[in-house]
Amino acid sequence: MSLAVPTALEKEIDDRITHYPVSKRSAVLPVLHLLQHQFGHITEEAIEWTAAKLELEPIKVLEVVTFYPGFRQEAPGKYHIRVCRTLSCAMAGSYELMDSLCEKTGIDRSGVTHHHPIAVSPDGKYSIEFAECLASCGFGPVCMVNDDFHEKVSDADSLLSQYSK
Amino acid sequence: MSEAKTDLVDVQIDGVWHRFPKGTRMIEACRQAGVEVPHYCYHPKLTSPGNCRMCLVEMGLPPRPAPGAEAPEPDEDGHLPISWMPRPVIACANTVGPNMGIRTTGPLTEECRKGVMEFLLANHPLDCPICDQAGECSLQEFSVEHGKGESRFREQKVKKPKNVDVGPRIRLDDERCIMCSRCIRFTDEIADDPVLGFTDRGSHTVLTVYPGRELANNYSLNTVDICPVGALTSNDFRFQMRVWFMRETHTIDTNCATGCNITVFSRQNKIYRITPRQNNEVNSDWMPDSHRLNYHWIESEARLTDPLVKEGGHHRIADWSEALATAADRLSSLKGGEIAVIASARMTNEELLLVKRLAKQLKAGHLDTVARTGEADGYLISSDRNPNTNGAKLILGLENPGSGIAAIQRGIEEGRIKGLLVLQENIVDEAGFSPELLGKLDFLLSTYPIANATADASHLVLPGACWAEKSGTMINATGRLQRLNKAVDAPGQTFEPWEIVRDLIQATGGGNGVHAVTDIFKQLTAEVEAFAGLTWGQIGDLGLPLLETDVTIPLLEREKQRIASGLIVG
Amino acid sequence: MSGISYKSGREPHPKEHRVVFRNVDREGWDTSLATYLGEGGYEQWKKALQLPRQEIIDAVKQSGLRGRGGAGFPCGVKWGFIPPTNTKPVYLICNADESEPGTFKDRYILHQDPHQLLEGMAISCFAVGANLAYIYIREEFPEAAVIVEKAIAEAHEKGLLGKNILGSGFDLDIFVHRGAGAYICGEETGLIESLEGKRPYPRIKPPYFPAAMGLYLCPTIVNNVETLCHVKHILEIGAEAWAKTGTPNNTGTRILCVSGDVQKPGYFEVEVGKVTLGEVINEMCGGLKPGRSLKAVIPGGSSAKVLRAGDVYSVGRGDDARELTLWDIPMDFDTLAACGSMAGSGGVIVIDDSRPISWVLNNINGFYAHESCGQCTPCREGTLWMKKITDRLVAGQASPSDIDTLYGVAKNIDGRTICAFGEACAWPTESFIEKFRDELTSDTRPELEGAIVNSETLTAAAGL
Repeated sequence: MSLAVPTALEKEIDDRITHYPVSKRSAVLPVLHLLQHQFGHITEEAIEWTAAKLELEPIKVLEVVTFYPGFRQEAPGKYHIRVCRTLSCAMAGSYELMDSLCEKTGIDRSGVTHHHPIAVSPDGKYSIEFAECLASCGFGPVCMVNDDFHEKVSDADSLLSQYSK
Repeated sequence: MSEAKTDLVDVQIDGVWHRFPKGTRMIEACRQAGVEVPHYCYHPKLTSPGNCRMCLVEMGLPPRPAPGAEAPEPDEDGHLPISWMPRPVIACANTVGPNMGIRTTGPLTEECRKGVMEFLLANHPLDCPICDQAGECSLQEFSVEHGKGESRFREQKVKKPKNVDVGPRIRLDDERCIMCSRCIRFTDEIADDPVLGFTDRGSHTVLTVYPGRELANNYSLNTVDICPVGALTSNDFRFQMRVWFMRETHTIDTNCATGCNITVFSRQNKIYRITPRQNNEVNSDWMPDSHRLNYHWIESEARLTDPLVKEGGHHRIADWSEALATAADRLSSLKGGEIAVIASARMTNEELLLVKRLAKQLKAGHLDTVARTGEADGYLISSDRNPNTNGAKLILGLENPGSGIAAIQRGIEEGRIKGLLVLQENIVDEAGFSPELLGKLDFLLSTYPIANATADASHLVLPGACWAEKSGTMINATGRLQRLNKAVDAPGQTFEPWEIVRDLIQATGGGNGVHAVTDIFKQLTAEVEAFAGLTWGQIGDLGLPLLETDVTIPLLEREKQRIASGLIVG
Repeated sequence: MSGISYKSGREPHPKEHRVVFRNVDREGWDTSLATYLGEGGYEQWKKALQLPRQEIIDAVKQSGLRGRGGAGFPCGVKWGFIPPTNTKPVYLICNADESEPGTFKDRYILHQDPHQLLEGMAISCFAVGANLAYIYIREEFPEAAVIVEKAIAEAHEKGLLGKNILGSGFDLDIFVHRGAGAYICGEETGLIESLEGKRPYPRIKPPYFPAAMGLYLCPTIVNNVETLCHVKHILEIGAEAWAKTGTPNNTGTRILCVSGDVQKPGYFEVEVGKVTLGEVINEMCGGLKPGRSLKAVIPGGSSAKVLRAGDVYSVGRGDDARELTLWDIPMDFDTLAACGSMAGSGGVIVIDDSRPISWVLNNINGFYAHESCGQCTPCREGTLWMKKITDRLVAGQASPSDIDTLYGVAKNIDGRTICAFGEACAWPTESFIEKFRDELTSDTRPELEGAIVNSETLTAAAGL
């Protein structure tokens, strides 16, 4: 049940916590970011680990995790794609881009709901979700693949070819 | 007082000027002026998040003249004109200021209320026919007063978890929840057990107990009381009775010396529910689950319903005249010093006054009560588990109730004590008397509501009513005099203890013509100095301070700090 | 701007006046401290440390700098709200949660010129007496967080941040705090709650005005990235000189971000009020797409009320009263407000005649339904309701009275919520219906009046 946090990561986490000299609770987001970066998504164990680390009730961490779409409670693919859905990108063709990316990766989004926003390809390599405005509205359609940012994505193939391994 | 007066401000509420201390919340000012402002999230004992938006009202202040323009003239009463703000404000968290105007009627406020009601019901399941909250639901109440009567909502409602087991005593229906956060704030701020929270966001927000955890603290049922809708319901009360059929009796809890003020809900002599009743000097708005749920035994099959006389080692049913004659007969054969009386600090002051008289009449050599202690919980539960220890001390003149029990035991052991009257106690289970020891007595009389080991050993058993079946007064740990009011009738031939003791006094030689508890209370005011000048009516629903003690109630002390810091209204 | 060259294809438009964006897309520019110092970087910080704090606050007040995040509130006035009797620590937070749809300016400062922001922040912290500051960067800018943290480390190393900065006795720590994908964290009290590790539920005001009871219930100043950068420039050229750019009460420069149906969308730093919407669209952005005509413009981020092409706006009073077409509207705070909209965050979204208004509104409603925090009733229940109605509208499953309902729902949110999200989510619906009721009604079907809506009817409508 307990989370195996590598020593180096825990050190990094401890260091982050020092950025909040007034209240350790403030470190909830940074700790969760580091754990998600390490483990791909936020598990119940990660929530409890965070709560113990910051001396909080686990519900206070769960409240935060479930609020933010930036924290995933389901495992993404190796490459997690976030396609901007909001107005300027939609005008620039982001819905078409989403369809195209799903077609090329074999992702079926028919099961996507508010509570399960992420769809994963059958081979587990790609996952995809719509994101709200990624703040590059002049250069849509815009998407992110893991931490990489892509503007004016007109061609799904050329995007995916950068993440083929 | 003059100092306080300088902090008063004039506030106009719905056209009428009032005066309030500066800093009073608008909603409380309105309440004091007799104007109720509907609300869901606001609770005076909790912090105010201002989230329900039901208490939006119109607010105004004196106009601010443009630079160089003439300042507005006050009217003959010294009030400036009011310039009304175009935006409504929440009455729960805003405070009154000088020359402020509040309008709780008028188109803006009415539109706000209608709008909020429509929103709250948009995704609500509207399952009132089968909802336990029906009849005491703020959604229903404010729909009638402030709703539109119809909804424009034609979409599919958001689906949320239903019938969720959030703890051993509580069930949650998330579709009924209006996200007022009262329960979360209660568990965070009062019960120190933060297991509830909101998960997800927006319209999909749900009240959640952390997976694997339970809302199980001993104050959990208070969340059901403060839930303004049917989201949190009590497993104990669920589906038992429609609330509008029940009768409410204002009385006090007798599980400990705090004497939480309570309301007993009953129908046709059956108790269905007990809830805390607000008393800021005793229990605030809360009470422990353990005390609230300790009432099912009242309906027990083991209730004593008739006097019992022991013959040939077996009890048989007797009527009261036989029972009283038996008592008189057996007691007359004993000398005063051979008789001991053990009364109960669960008895009322009135009962105890008669006990004192009985003991005097019998010239009893010993008189004491049974001490009953436990751990204080740091909230409301006192370490003294008797509700009227202070009454026993004051009226029976006991310095240290329970300290004479050992001497009585010794007296029985040594044969000096031959007759024992046990009033409303079970001394076998609760005071260390063995049945063998009691077997040495020539005469053992006991009264109690329910069959027990002491009754087993008694020559004469008299059924005495329990706390819910009698009236009287008690003095709580802090020295507050409070009234116990009869909620239901006792079963069968059970009598209230004061009636039993009165009849024993009469049967053993003295008649005193007491016909009602209030008669005894009058005698208390004459005989016990602390009661001098008091009237039954004066005590009222909330009691009054009678004795000086140094006892405080921890939960109230914390509440006072929160009031002082401005976190809550109190 | 002599001597500065920009990357090919990224050159500023001649009508631009680059101050904050001076180094954005600049040839040979990088984010290192050495590069920044090579251009006089941190000189204003050094100067500030020698000044009385009030002098800096007065300069910012005198400059007339208005917040560039959305509300346009005077920055110096905001700073002045810290209670004079305060004895608690003061905090400063840079709002880098850039999330108003249509806005993409702070991203470039964070990615390309982090030291400019740090210098502006340091000066501001000194002015308001903050020894601890945070930069709240939205989660979707992971690279920016890395760049800014590196810049902070460099500045620390050079003694420009940390303890006893440059021997002044002033201490300042700045930390990056990353968000996690929530528009509401751009609202300053929501941001503060988020920074406290809680759900970012905006706080009620009163009593929780950040300048008095903000982070950890201490006085806290929250300013936008662009706003804080301007503080450096105000100090550099002086408040009076700075205030000469722009127009009266709308001083300085600001960055406009243009997206949507124009030939060349992009970002442009202009003097406030010195360019018109027509100049922005036709000159700076190369005009509309071939064969298209203008239908509408959302001038200040998606929350701003929409402006309809062809309308005439009466602005000004007395001698200054005049009528403007949409093309003539100068891009400043006051004129856009007079036109019934707002300058907001500077995000200009251009909509041409190829776009069905119902589709545009539905997209916007989807955004707000997703981003409502759910704390207070009208917005929690209203945003999803509005989206559901426009979902039906675009699916051809709405009746004419649904438009009235939609409008009524928006009106019931507007002005009745804890934070400005209520207006942000209601204004698009209100203004689209006010300006385009006929077009929206033409997408409805009278025979659906009173029809029950359930998953079956919607599925049938979608032809599934």
